[in-house]
Amino acid sequence: MIAIKLSEVSMILPFFNTTIPAGFPSPAQDYSEEEIDLSKVLQPNPTTTFIIRVKGNSMEGANMPDGCMIVVDRSLKATSGNIIVGILDGEFTVKRLVKAGRNWVLHPESPYHKPIIIPEDADFKVWGVVTNIVIPTK
Amino acid sequence: MIALVDCNNFYASCERLFRPELKGKAVVVLSNNDGCVIARSDEAKEIGIKMGAPAFLMEEMLTTHGVSVFSSNYTLYGSLSDRVMATLNTCCGTVEQYSIDEAFLFLGDMPFVNLEDYASDIRTKVGAVGIPVTVGIASTKTLAKMANRFAKKTKKQEGVHILDSSEKIDEVLRSTEVGDIWGVGKQYATLLLAQGFHTAYDLSQAPEAWVRKEMSVVGQRLWNELHGMPCIEMEEDTPAKKNICVARSFGQLLSKEGDVAEALSNYTAIAARKLRKQNSCTRVLQVFLQTNVFRQQDKQYYRSVTVQLPVACNSTKELILYANIGLERIWQNGYNFKKVGILMLDLIPSDQIQYGMFDDVDRTKNDRLSKVMDDINKHWGGKELVKFAIQGYGRKWKLRQEKLSPCYTTRLSEILTIKI
Repeated sequence: MIAIKLSEVSMILPFFNTTIPAGFPSPAQDYSEEEIDLSKVLQPNPTTTFIIRVKGNSMEGANMPDGCMIVVDRSLKATSGNIIVGILDGEFTVKRLVKAGRNWVLHPESPYHKPIIIPEDADFKVWGVVTNIVIPTK
Repeated sequence: MIALVDCNNFYASCERLFRPELKGKAVVVLSNNDGCVIARSDEAKEIGIKMGAPAFLMEEMLTTHGVSVFSSNYTLYGSLSDRVMATLNTCCGTVEQYSIDEAFLFLGDMPFVNLEDYASDIRTKVGAVGIPVTVGIASTKTLAKMANRFAKKTKKQEGVHILDSSEKIDEVLRSTEVGDIWGVGKQYATLLLAQGFHTAYDLSQAPEAWVRKEMSVVGQRLWNELHGMPCIEMEEDTPAKKNICVARSFGQLLSKEGDVAEALSNYTAIAARKLRKQNSCTRVLQVFLQTNVFRQQDKQYYRSVTVQLPVACNSTKELILYANIGLERIWQNGYNFKKVGILMLDLIPSDQIQYGMFDDVDRTKNDRLSKVMDDINKHWGGKELVKFAIQGYGRKWKLRQEKLSPCYTTRLSEILTIKI
């Protein structure tokens, strides 16, 4: 607080040590929106989404190079044609799930790997559906 | 109606989510410092591993049965618990998180909703997070707890039990021993057994007046709850903690003051972060120091000291200073110390601080420093990159966590890797 003498009357005025912008208010103020948040695009269901890294070349044809990251949503129901994270006999794998005739097939995307027909009595489960692939360019 | 949703063998389920080869195998999780068993998968329960059993006595048993052993990874469990709770909040408007792995859902009157469908929908949704849950539904919290327990024991596959008729309520009451009723401690259990009350049903048949006389208001409330009259309120907002304690045993015994000071400073930094998170400040610190009571060959020592701060604060810098002043006062050479701890008492909201007339600490600057440090450390995935010199890098005090799993959901460097 500082005291200022105004003619004969003395009064106490509060002193604010801040600047007040006095220019024309920004015309964009009423139109401001939130910045784009990529994580909302990549994981619309954050509570059921997991980021996983893949090692190996069997899915190169599906734009999934060795060492890239994939975004996996566990809340989606897998259908034929989806790339999925599955568990076959207690082991994780990432393949395209395809229905071929009466069989379900784990289909690689590489000429050097063979499709795996899932035996009917196999211990197989879909862990989640791959929704995005993250590949750095450098 | 009230639902109790409880995660099945939560810690073990968290570990298994990323280790599918452990399905159907025995899994146990050990406490801090890998001391004793604090969580078991069903298979581990079946081979007779007891809760709280000391790990070092069981090494042979764990090996012969091929039990998978994990150090507790609270970063992972906390992260998955947050996901479970967030999911439950989408299922119901009024959710009270009761512990890391269970929550009460207040359903109110939902005459047009089929509760069986509702419960199985919850199970599907939380199942998508990766954690199996059991749902118990009843008209009171105490009965919902019992229904949940009943479902776990007798309806493992369905994972749901709803007490929507007096026959079902009686069945569950009869199968619950008094000691297993939510809110009945050892003392009351002994009293009740001595009086011939063996099950919750027996207790519910006791005269109301007797319960009130022998078990006071607590008993009265319990009796009402057993009769389907809700007496335990929903607590939606967890109230700010009234005191905060961080105390841990060291990974090895310490006898140098510098090592113990390093541990204490790190615990103080954790406690200070908790304070800031709930927007509180502390006025009183208590520091305590103790040797290992189980080592009979060692000289024993236990001391604690209370340090009054001139002005309440939550700045790591100031709190470390005062914590170490406290430690200096109780320090004694020549002992093998096992544990040091800090207790922050007399917490007040940050905006209600009484400043001192002669206080010359630049508090704005300290607060800015704490905030910048929190932001940097948070940005780098919760690892403490920026800290005070006294927190050190020695880490002799550090917890023993030999079987720690990766922090799959919170650290990019530790995410699940799949060979394809």
